Amino acid sequence: MKSLFGVRAWFRSGTPWIWLNAGAIALCLVMVIGVLGLIVVRGGSHFWPADLQQTEWSPESGQKKVIMGELVRAETVSAVMLRESGATVPAELEAVTRYLVKVGNRDLYGRDFSWYMDYEITGWTAPEGAIALERRERGNFYGFPLKLNEGDTLIAEGDAMWPELLKRVERANGIFQQMKDIEKNDISRINNQIEKLRLTERRLVLDKVSDAEMAEFKAQAEAENKVLNDEYAVIQQKLDQLRAESNRDNLVARSAEGREVTISLANIVKAFAPNDMSVWQKTRHYFSGIGTFLTEEPREANTEGGIFPAIFGTVTMVILMAIIVTPFGVLAAIYLREYAKQGPLLKIIRISVYNLAGVPSIVYGVFGLGFFVYIMGGSIDQLFYPEALPSPTFGTPGLFWASLTLALLTLPVVIVSTEEGLSRIPSTIRMGSLALGATKSETLWKVVVPLATPAMMTGLILAVARAAGEVAPLMLVGVVKLAPTLPIDGNFPFIHLDQKIMHLGFHVFDVGFQSPNVEASRPLLYATALVLVLLIVVLNMAAIYMRNRLREKYRSDTD
Amino acid sequence: MNQDKLTAPPVENELKLSDEKIKLQVNDLKLYYADSLALKSVNMTIPEKRVTAFIGPSGCGKSTLLRCFNRMNDLVDICRIEGQILMDGQNIYDPKIDVAELRRQVGMVFQKPNPFPKSIYENVAYGLRLQGVKDKRILDEVVETSLKGAALWNEVKDRLHDNAFGLSGGQQQRLVIARAIAIEPEVLLLDEPASALDPISTLKIEELIYELKDKYTIVIVTHNMQQAARVSDYTAFMYMGDLIEFDATNKMFTNPSQQQTEDYITGRFG
Repeated sequence: MKSLFGVRAWFRSGTPWIWLNAGAIALCLVMVIGVLGLIVVRGGSHFWPADLQQTEWSPESGQKKVIMGELVRAETVSAVMLRESGATVPAELEAVTRYLVKVGNRDLYGRDFSWYMDYEITGWTAPEGAIALERRERGNFYGFPLKLNEGDTLIAEGDAMWPELLKRVERANGIFQQMKDIEKNDISRINNQIEKLRLTERRLVLDKVSDAEMAEFKAQAEAENKVLNDEYAVIQQKLDQLRAESNRDNLVARSAEGREVTISLANIVKAFAPNDMSVWQKTRHYFSGIGTFLTEEPREANTEGGIFPAIFGTVTMVILMAIIVTPFGVLAAIYLREYAKQGPLLKIIRISVYNLAGVPSIVYGVFGLGFFVYIMGGSIDQLFYPEALPSPTFGTPGLFWASLTLALLTLPVVIVSTEEGLSRIPSTIRMGSLALGATKSETLWKVVVPLATPAMMTGLILAVARAAGEVAPLMLVGVVKLAPTLPIDGNFPFIHLDQKIMHLGFHVFDVGFQSPNVEASRPLLYATALVLVLLIVVLNMAAIYMRNRLREKYRSDTD
Repeated sequence: MNQDKLTAPPVENELKLSDEKIKLQVNDLKLYYADSLALKSVNMTIPEKRVTAFIGPSGCGKSTLLRCFNRMNDLVDICRIEGQILMDGQNIYDPKIDVAELRRQVGMVFQKPNPFPKSIYENVAYGLRLQGVKDKRILDEVVETSLKGAALWNEVKDRLHDNAFGLSGGQQQRLVIARAIAIEPEVLLLDEPASALDPISTLKIEELIYELKDKYTIVIVTHNMQQAARVSDYTAFMYMGDLIEFDATNKMFTNPSQQQTEDYITGRFG
C-alpha cells in the first residue's frame, strides 16, 4: 500500500490549490486595505490641528532666527548626498535628519514650507499662546497675537484679547457669508437678466423684425435695463458697505522671528491656538474641518478650502448619466434579445457592443469632443442659440456632453447586464402570459421587463461605478479645474446643462499634478481621493440596496 | 382511429362520444418540427364540458397536440402545421383569427406552476387588466370568484396582496388555474398539471378538475394513467405521433380495442 504522506499525496489532496486561492485573496485584501488605509491616514490626518513647534535656527550662512510652524515630516538622508547637492554639512556627520516644516506666513517668507537640518536647529518646543490663523488669502499665519484694533482704536490686549478676537472673527465671517449670498443670488440674477435682454435684442436683429417693433423693444429693454442697473447700484452700494464693515477690525500679530503684521479680520476664516487646545477641542476642530472641506468652495488655486463643487458636479453628472444610459441600454437590450432575428448579423452587432466596453475611455472623450460638442453642440447653437454666437452655448464642453459621453461609455455594460437578465427569465412565465391572451409586447412590459429589473440595476451599478471614477474623457468634454458656479442654481432653467463642472476625479489630478503648491495640496489630494472612493461606495450601496429591494419583490423560485 | 369501436356495444349510463356536443374538431392535423413529422394526421373530436385525457409514452406528441389548441406552437419558429382544428365550427388556424383572442377562449395551465412575480390578486387580475378592465369592484369580484372556483380562496383571502411566490407549489398551481378561469375561457388545457406536485396537492387539483368540468371543456395531458382514469370522461392514447385510440375512459381502461393500448395500460411498455 502506498503511503498517504509525501508530496504526491499532498498535491492530490488539493491543499496546494486551497493555499494558492487563499493567497490570491489575501493579496487582493492587502492591496485594497493598503490603498484605503493610505488615503484614510494621509487624508484624514490633515484636519487634525497639529501643535505649533518652535525652534532656533542658526544656518551656516546668515543670522540666527526663531522659526515656528507645523512639523510635517522628518526624514533621514545621507550627508554625502546633501554635500553633493551643495549643502555644507559638518564633516563628522554621516546622516542628517531633516524636517519639513509648514511655517506659513507666505506674505512674509514667500513660501510656506521649508526644510531644516537637525544640526542647524536647537530642538523643538511648543510655545504657549501661539496662534494659527486660517486666511482667505496667502495661506496660514502662525505667530503670537499682540493687539486687536477696531480701525485705529485699541479694543483688547493680553488675555482679554482671545475671546474678543474669536467673537469678531465670527462677525466678520457672518458678513462675508452675507456678501457671498448677495453675489450668488442677487448679482447673478441681475446679470442673468441683463444678458437675457441683450440676447433677446440680438435675436430680434437676426430675425430681421421691422424697425417699429425693434424700436418698441429697445424702449422696453432700456427701461428694464435701467431698473436692473438701479437695482444693481443699490446692491453694489450695500456690498461696499458690508465690505467696509468686515474690514473694520484688524489684528496686530508678531511672527515667530519678531516681525509685526496687521491682518484684517475679513481675511480670517478661522483662528485657533493649537498648543492650548484640549483633545476634546481638537476633536471638535477636526470634525468642523472635515465639514468645511465637504461643504466649502476651494481657495487659492485648489490648494485650500473645500471640494463641494467637485462633489456636487460629480454627483450631478453621474445621475444625469444614469438617466440617459438606462433607457437607452434597456431598450437596445430588449430589441437585441427579444425582437431581433438571431443570426450572424446579430452576432456581429452583439460582439461589437461587448467590445465597446473595452475601448479606452480617452477615445470616447475624443469622440465626445468631436461629435457631441462640435458637431451636435455647434448645430444646436446655430439652430437655437444664434443670438449668443460667436460665443458658444452648447458648442463647448459642458455638463450635458460629459454625461452623454459617459453614458456612451457605460452603455455596453447596461446592455450586457440587461440582456443577461432577460435571457434568465424562465420561458414558462412568458408562456403563462401569452396563454392568457397577452400579446408579445404586453408580456414583455408587464411580466418580463419587471422581472429583469434587478439585472438592469446590476448594469447600472457597474455603469455608475465606472462613470464616477472616470477622468480622462471628462477633461475633453466638460470638466474644468475651477467652475465659478454650480450647474444647478436658482436661475431659470435651474439645471444648466451647458455649464462646465468640477469633478472629484479631475480634482485629484489637478491637485496632485497641476498644483502651484505641492506640499500644501498633498493632504487635500488624499482627502479628495478618499471622498471620491466614499462617494462611489455610497452610490453603489444605494444602487445595490435598490436592487435587493427589487429582487425581494420579484423573488422567484423558478430561477 | 377505428370508427366501429367508438360505437361499440352500448352499456347503461355509459358515455358515448356520439352523444356529445362537439367543442373542438381536429381534422387531418400534421405537425412538423423542421423536417420531422411530430403529429401524423390526427383526427379527433373533443366533447364539450367533459374532461378529455391524453395519455401515452414520453415524446408521443400528446403535449404537442395540446398546444395546437391554443396555438402555443406558433412560438416555436421551426414548427409548421397542416390541417385544421375547428372550434365551434371555426378553423382556429385561419389567418384571420386573432391569436390573442383565441387564447382568451382557450386557457392553458402548464406543467410547472408559473405565477407572475406579482401579488396573488394581480396574478388573477392579470388577464382582465389585459382586456382593459379597470373597475376595482369588478376586479375584486372576479378575483374572489376565480379563487373560489380554484378552491384557493380560503387559503389566501387574508393575504391577497402578498407575493404569489410565497405560496406552496400546489397552491401556485391552483392560483394559475384561477388565473386561467378568471377570463372565463371556454376550453381549459392542462399540460400535466400535477406532475410537479406532491400527492395531496395532486388530489386537490384532481378534485378541482372534477368540479370545473361543469363549466369548461377540459383537455388534460398526463402520464399518470391512474390520474387519467380518475379524472377523465374520455381518454385518447397516442403513440409516436399517432392517435391510436380514443374512447370513453371506462371503456379504454377496461376493454381497449387496440392491442397497443392494452399493452401500454397494463404496463407492458411505455
